[in-house]
Amino acid sequence: MDHFPTNWGRPNYDSFDTHATYPLHNRGQNQAAAGGVQHTQQPIVTGTSVLAIKFKDGIMMAADNLASYGSLARFKGVQRLHAVGDYTVVGASGDMSDFQYLQHILDGLVISEETTAQDGHALGPAEIHEYLSQVMYSRRSKMNPLWNSLLVGGVKDGDRFLAYVDLLGVTYSASTLATGYGSYIAQPLLRKAVEGREETLTEAEARTILEDALRVLFYRDARSINQYQIATITANGAEISSSLKLETSWGFAEGIRGYGAQTQ
Amino acid sequence: MAAASVRPHRPDTEMPLYARSNAFLEGKGVKMPKATSTGTTIVGCLFKDGIVLGADTRATAGPIVADKNCEKVPARPTTAQIHYISESIRCCGAGTARTPSFNIELHALSTGRKPRVVTAMTMLKQRLFQHQGQIGAALVLGGVDATGAHLFTIHPHGSTDNSHALQLVVAAISAGIFNDLGSGSNVDACVITASNTEMLRNYVTPNVRVEKERTYGFRRGTTAWTREKVHSLIVSEEVRPVAAEAMDTS
Repeated sequence: MDHFPTNWGRPNYDSFDTHATYPLHNRGQNQAAAGGVQHTQQPIVTGTSVLAIKFKDGIMMAADNLASYGSLARFKGVQRLHAVGDYTVVGASGDMSDFQYLQHILDGLVISEETTAQDGHALGPAEIHEYLSQVMYSRRSKMNPLWNSLLVGGVKDGDRFLAYVDLLGVTYSASTLATGYGSYIAQPLLRKAVEGREETLTEAEARTILEDALRVLFYRDARSINQYQIATITANGAEISSSLKLETSWGFAEGIRGYGAQTQ
Repeated sequence: MAAASVRPHRPDTEMPLYARSNAFLEGKGVKMPKATSTGTTIVGCLFKDGIVLGADTRATAGPIVADKNCEKVPARPTTAQIHYISESIRCCGAGTARTPSFNIELHALSTGRKPRVVTAMTMLKQRLFQHQGQIGAALVLGGVDATGAHLFTIHPHGSTDNSHALQLVVAAISAGIFNDLGSGSNVDACVITASNTEMLRNYVTPNVRVEKERTYGFRRGTTAWTREKVHSLIVSEEVRPVAAEAMDTS
């Protein structure tokens, strides 16, 4: 029985305090008591790698269409690339609900800064990236991060911009970037193909480079699928393709029989 | 100085100060970092006539590069971390404890046959299990024996010509050298066929240090001395290098 009348009719803490032994003023220190865990501890529905490279006319970014629920391939039609304003695309890996929240505030930002203010200033990729890094770092400092690794890419006034920001507020910029498994598996491939040639790579070549890297990731990342989208941002604006399918070749498996000595 | 006459005479063969402090700390239970070749890049590729093994040459002790050009695919039985199993069987791996390399030779003598890769693999597997090794997965064991060419843990390339397999191995090791902090320096390769094993030490050297701009030695007499006493301790000296090459101290 709960001996404190002020608790009658209020949230029930029986899971950790069956006999109402905690005095009133100590209640709510347990996270479960406060109405569920309020600080993000772990990502739940997640997206895997995002890849991006600089090419002659702008930026190209790619991400697959999967949102995993642990090891379950739960949602297969998810778009993880989001256009912000006329000049930028943000790609996200990590927790998809946190990404949806970010999409919501970024859209709100464009509305309030551009559409409403109408002062002739538009938000470019550098501004979006700076805003996101402030948000991500301040959330981490409150011990309640938005559990994402984001790539921000775009072209404004002839300048190509490509940068990374993550749940810790870490930011960096390079001509090839990747998140998640992509940073281990795809990044060496992207660097080899792009470094030194950022001014001469054509759009078709850039597309091939990203597709090949995505294919390797599909072979080697157990939380990926072969359905993806590519975003291309040039001086003409941002364009996100429809879902494409990767061709894969599994013929090498025919020569493999069993493990180790057991080649039945 | 008055204190000088009281100080006991120090023999010239005493351990240098850094070694004494290290030994002191070790006695107190401080763990000295061991130079190992973990965090390494190793690759194996199967082609029509045999296999190509490749490895980088960086040995790390924690975050420090201990040896910039260590030999990970040795030509002869050595105490290196990556092992010579037999003339036609080599094994690359990260942090393997002890190998049954001599066991294989004895086994081959007792069976009267050239050792088989599956035998080496089984012995390795059983020994590693004894050591509770999760390292098994990081082994690349390859070789050519009476039953053909075998490679364990990396999928076969399937080409008929050795040079393409070798290029692929070099590209893979280079990707590790330039993108993985635990790997670096040079590419070693080893091509094993039925007829012979070719060891290509430092096959590619993409990280040669630039020539130093000046010599940084001190001129004799930079440090003044008050007294000089020369004890002739060496009667005769003959240097026989144990390792195949001198350690790089530059």
